[in-house]
Amino acid sequence: MVEKILASRAGNEKASPGNLVNVPVDLALGNDITAPVAIKEFKRFGLARVFDPEKIVLVPDHFTPNKDIAAAEQALVLRRFAAQYGIKHYYEVGRMGIEHALLPEQGLIRPGMVIIGADSHTCTYGALGAFATGVGSTDLAAAMAIGEAWFKVPFTLRFEYNGSLPEWVSGKDLILYTIGRIGVDGARYRAMEFAGPVIEQLSMDGRLTMANMAIEAGGKCGYVQPDNITFEYLKGRVAEPYTAVYSDPDASYEQIFSFDISSIEPQIAFPPSPDNVHPVSRAAGIKLDQVVIGSCTNGRIEDLRIAASVMKGKKVNPGVRLLVIPATQEIYRQALQEGLLTTFIDAEAAVSTPTCGPCLGGHMGILAKGEKALATTNRNFIGRMGHPESEVYLSNPAVAAASAIAGAIVHPEEVI
Amino acid sequence: MILEGKIWVFGDNIDTDAIIAARYLSTVDPQELAGHLMEDIRPEFPQLVGPGDILVAGSNFGCGSSREHAPLAIKGAGISCVIARSFARIFYRNSINIGLPILECSDDLSGLRPGEDKLQVNLEQGLIIHVQSGREYHAAPFPPFMQEIIGLGGLVEYVKARLDSRD
Repeated sequence: MVEKILASRAGNEKASPGNLVNVPVDLALGNDITAPVAIKEFKRFGLARVFDPEKIVLVPDHFTPNKDIAAAEQALVLRRFAAQYGIKHYYEVGRMGIEHALLPEQGLIRPGMVIIGADSHTCTYGALGAFATGVGSTDLAAAMAIGEAWFKVPFTLRFEYNGSLPEWVSGKDLILYTIGRIGVDGARYRAMEFAGPVIEQLSMDGRLTMANMAIEAGGKCGYVQPDNITFEYLKGRVAEPYTAVYSDPDASYEQIFSFDISSIEPQIAFPPSPDNVHPVSRAAGIKLDQVVIGSCTNGRIEDLRIAASVMKGKKVNPGVRLLVIPATQEIYRQALQEGLLTTFIDAEAAVSTPTCGPCLGGHMGILAKGEKALATTNRNFIGRMGHPESEVYLSNPAVAAASAIAGAIVHPEEVI
Repeated sequence: MILEGKIWVFGDNIDTDAIIAARYLSTVDPQELAGHLMEDIRPEFPQLVGPGDILVAGSNFGCGSSREHAPLAIKGAGISCVIARSFARIFYRNSINIGLPILECSDDLSGLRPGEDKLQVNLEQGLIIHVQSGREYHAAPFPPFMQEIIGLGGLVEYVKARLDSRD
């Protein structure tokens, strides 16, 4: 699928792995950390306009609402640039959400698009059948100027998930399991195709979570081929026509992995690496100081629903701080209307406005020396959420909610 | 271009949070970033490293986030070149785009003595020479397209050339 998208956008009949192609980009994304560097570089071109003000998206989501003066200055750089160049898709605090939850929700992502983002989790949009990949700030600057980016056409790895999804096991567990199997460089420079009967049944939120973490295996992109679940999701969001692109029946894959997941447990990534993955039973009893439910990985409505279903009528353990961060304003409103936020507040959780905040140790929940957190986020590197001697474990939202109640990592069944 | 410097050795999967922690991303100044280079995994490193030094690492160097602050911090510390068994792809792109020389070398360099051994690097040929012993190592040369970007001094200059040719 990726080879076909890149070939057609480059105007070639065929693109084979290893080929370098220069392609027009349909969308170029930056945030309050990466866009200031890009804007500084863009100014060196001395251009009066960007290539297309409708195809650039700027989302101040990382250190916002501004965590300090320096962050406020960076957010100001975005705001001024957006105003000066007439950037259509600039999302101010109050309308803003975590970028990778926000863009699909706002209908900016369509199958077959080529999307670059100066954020590594840009690979999320592959869940909608787009080719989407993370780049750096200078790439973003170049794309804002000429609307093009260069790519090496990646080899594709196919991952087939067979069997049926056990209770309490979600898209997060499938991707953690996969990363645990192939390692943090197991898909380095590769496209990851997620397929098989389990994926065909998997919700769009679950698919977005899986594609989101392709980068944690070193992947260039992760994707699911468009199907009825995709088209249902796009209905009412996307007005523009689009052409879905599919892998050929005889497509060549560098390698095919086949997993039977019928008997897997919820998965936990132990510090300090997302590939240090074990079943939740191996983590049972690890005491926690903080639990975070949110992020571009697991801050969507389905994530909040399952967390609330586990927590309903219960209280967060007195030794634990629970932070719940709906990923966008729309998700926040929906959670409010469904009564999920009341469940969290009754349970004595802190509910926050959308922000990447704690996921990258920015703000809104930094860990002290020696503290342990369980988070539904995507990385658990050394110092990721605060002090270099703090630790982060990764899980799905149900396990996170149950563990916040228990005060230690548990299987959701133990608190239900 | 020939580079020569003393080396510092790092292992596999050095992530961008280790290279520069997120709490320092409120600046885009390479020198300021360099003051915190590798701080969380080797607190004394910003004091040890000097202009011209060469980083040697294992596989998947620079994995994790897309932050260009990571290669900027390395460049800001005066490091002349990074040699790794392999690089994470966004870090690889970013380094080329900002003109930080990087080389992929499958030879095992992990046994070299940090802060003592010196390497001489010929970027065009991908030839690496251990200065003290004369031992040779070989890195993959860049594809021509990337050589063009590097030759022009980075992606910004490359795009400028593209824009000029459109006028």
